[in-house]
Amino acid sequence: MNKRIIVYILGWVLIIEGAAMQIATVTSLIFNEHEGLYFFLTGAASAVLGFLAIKVKKPKNMVLYQKAGFAATALSWILMSFVGCIPFWASGEIPSFIDAFFETVSGFTTTGSTVLTNVEGLSNCMLIWRSFLNWLGGMGVIVFLLAIIPKLGGQQNIYLMKAESPGPIVGKAVPHMRSYAALLYGIYIGLTAMELILLLCGGMGFFDALNTSFATAGTGGFGIRNANIAAYNTYYFQTVIAVFMLLFGLNFSFYILLLTRKFKQAFRIEELWFYIGIVVLSVAIITINISSIYPSLYDAFHQSFFYVSSIITTTGFGIGDVNQWPELSKAVIIIITFIGATAGSTGGGFKVSRLLILCKEVRKEFALLVHPRNVKTVKMDGKTVDHNIIRSTCMFLVVYMGIFALSFLLISIENKDFLTSFTSIAANLNNTGPGLGEVGPVGNYAGFGIFSKAVLIFDMLAGRLELFPLLLLFSPSAWKKA
Amino acid sequence: MKIVIVGCGKVGSSIATELNSEGHDIVVVDIDQNSVKNLSDSLDIMGIEGNGATYDVLIDAGAESADLVIAATARDEINLYTCLMAKAAGAKHTIARVRNPEYTNDLYRVKDQLGLSMAINPELTAAVEISRLLRFAGALEIDAFSRGIVELIKVAIPQDSLINNKKISEIDILKGKVRICSVERDGEVYIPNGDFVIQGGDRISIVSKPEIAARFFRKINVSIGRSRDVILLGGGKVSYYLAKTLIKSGTNVKIIERNAQRCNELAEILPDAVIIQGDCMDQNLLLSEGIEHADGVAALMDYDEENILISLYINSVSKAKIITKVNNTSFDNILDRLNIDCVIHPKNLTGEYIARYIRAMQNTVGSNVETLYRLNEDMVEALEFRVRKSSKITGIQIKDMSLKDNLQIICINRRGKIIIPQGSDVIMPDDLVVVITKHKGLSDLDDILSRH
Repeated sequence: MNKRIIVYILGWVLIIEGAAMQIATVTSLIFNEHEGLYFFLTGAASAVLGFLAIKVKKPKNMVLYQKAGFAATALSWILMSFVGCIPFWASGEIPSFIDAFFETVSGFTTTGSTVLTNVEGLSNCMLIWRSFLNWLGGMGVIVFLLAIIPKLGGQQNIYLMKAESPGPIVGKAVPHMRSYAALLYGIYIGLTAMELILLLCGGMGFFDALNTSFATAGTGGFGIRNANIAAYNTYYFQTVIAVFMLLFGLNFSFYILLLTRKFKQAFRIEELWFYIGIVVLSVAIITINISSIYPSLYDAFHQSFFYVSSIITTTGFGIGDVNQWPELSKAVIIIITFIGATAGSTGGGFKVSRLLILCKEVRKEFALLVHPRNVKTVKMDGKTVDHNIIRSTCMFLVVYMGIFALSFLLISIENKDFLTSFTSIAANLNNTGPGLGEVGPVGNYAGFGIFSKAVLIFDMLAGRLELFPLLLLFSPSAWKKA
Repeated sequence: MKIVIVGCGKVGSSIATELNSEGHDIVVVDIDQNSVKNLSDSLDIMGIEGNGATYDVLIDAGAESADLVIAATARDEINLYTCLMAKAAGAKHTIARVRNPEYTNDLYRVKDQLGLSMAINPELTAAVEISRLLRFAGALEIDAFSRGIVELIKVAIPQDSLINNKKISEIDILKGKVRICSVERDGEVYIPNGDFVIQGGDRISIVSKPEIAARFFRKINVSIGRSRDVILLGGGKVSYYLAKTLIKSGTNVKIIERNAQRCNELAEILPDAVIIQGDCMDQNLLLSEGIEHADGVAALMDYDEENILISLYINSVSKAKIITKVNNTSFDNILDRLNIDCVIHPKNLTGEYIARYIRAMQNTVGSNVETLYRLNEDMVEALEFRVRKSSKITGIQIKDMSLKDNLQIICINRRGKIIIPQGSDVIMPDDLVVVITKHKGLSDLDDILSRH
């Protein structure tokens, strides 16, 4: 494996993170907080280290094969989380290192599960960094690197994209990787700005609006209030946020098609309709199911709509306690936690497109039972899905179940109740954040021990990178030279 | 530029590789998912799976806003149809790979309907390149104008040449048939007028017909390393094209081919070549056909291994210039270490050729330039214009024109008749005029006149 290029990419990641941290430094200057110093120093050290890494060990060839691309991406996510947590820990605002690391991984992987019982106790620069982690992790730092560094990863840079972008099929919508990455970030920034403006129009304070927009965009779910989104208690705010969560949970190639005026093609994306279908169905079931708890049908609808979009996009914002909801609604919530958002979005989970492929494959299997000699192909958006993609989707499901079962087993050592243990794994592996029971939208992960937190950290990273890149790091054959 | 390439075979891949390195926006299309995936994963380009001759797939690939669509599938008919469809989708220019010479000859009749800027034939391109190496091994650069009727040839002048220390106007060898159009001296390029004095060591470019150029060089003591007796091993398409051009320039050509039927065909279409039916891998046959005394040998058989092996053998028995055709480019670095003079990759040449064409095309968007070449390390441009009726320079003797500095009219093609212009010649509408200049970005023939 070309280790130098991995070091080179990690170096750039450090530089970018060092630069990104300065957003917290600037915030601290505005609010006159001296915690900003930690960000400044960590950022500067990170940038210097990164600069050394890219200058001293500049790779002789920039050729990057799949193995190195996946390893570089997985390692950079671990490294980023490690560097990102230093200010939290060094400033003493999150005194335990594992907690600070948990919080940062949760931020970067856009999970949004927190160990903090009192978020409002953090200084503003810590809060903005937390939200910014969500934003940066949403589209991904490697994609950002691809957008700004020419020739990163040589001609084979698609492998970097494949490791970081979610979904069974990763391709480019424009010929050049660099312009494609820039286009993705352009849309990302544009949508974030739109949400910010809409929230400001509704009268939300700038700092709150900015943090909320960052956390929504990455489908992360970090709030800066203890009551999370319930703190912005108007229908307007909550509806704007709910709608934007759904928008960020949508495949970005849809927006690219809209921008290039290929409307027919855009609305032909089957995943889009499947996603909308799941949302509509879930909202309908929950609304009817919970209508008796809330004063009006509209309130029930509002609660249900917000929560469904929060969970299916794996954002994890909360506007109230759902533990009091009837079991049917909770079941729907758990199921859509697993489904997750669409491929090519900022959301996590199993991905709607994988589910769609599997459903079609199952239908094909049924057809084979009825007509054993039937010849059938699985099609998506009018195109035949390659057998390799179906195979890797099935394997994804197997590995996903495996990791889930193992994590569930390990977290059960903690001896929490079944609902809490089960949903905490579901919520972290799918990057949602809040589960049910003790870790519901009004609860948090402070009650878990170090070991359980480590398991959850692994699940979050595995979920964000879609399992294989992270698992590759543990495969001895990946580190062999030949 | 936005370029769509239909067909991801060897030609398509080589074009994509060449153009990708120059930063164009490239979309490749192929009906075979694997070829698309392999190519688009290994280059920074986008891949579309589907039949590139259909409208929807072309639109998917962005043909409606593409500057160029290149059709490079395995079949001529599909390529031409793809160009037609691409034109209908709104592509500005198209290039088709057309192999069959019977089609190539008629293409000009449908050029406009197809939006066809160029038809490329990989075998022909390879043959042209090989013939260049065999005819003018000593030439530094050769570019063809007016569909190959005239060539611009750059050579180094030896210290003992007849024309040393002479003004250009005093050189009367083949006067009116040869023109010295640029001189490179100490890294500086001059577009000389009649008073310019040539010195030994200068690198001069001359324009003339190929056969006349050879005579001119002989007279001025420039050794051009021309091969007079050439043996071609293998009688495929490249051999056929190559034999045809070599025979035209007066070279003796012998073709050795295994397949008796193919030998008959070759004998029929190449009456002036000596066709030998036999196994090229037979040492005795080669020796009896005088391989030791040939000036040039081209190994053009189907298998790379045979070509390489036979080239190594000939190198050990003969002083001939050896050209080896190799299709697989993956092991180039190994070939460099072997004792082989000159390796030709037909498919790669096509890529380079198209890339060169596109480079020129970029510069000529919106002008009436027919062909553009960059010469002398890009310091000089040679441009071919079609003269319009409205042009200001028609009907005036060249000596009466006030041309810009560092600019010369070096050739006029009047319906196939080549004129190397003298002061008394006149340009007429519809002529093809070649201009050589150090000014960049001329877009119209009238721009050659100085402003005052």
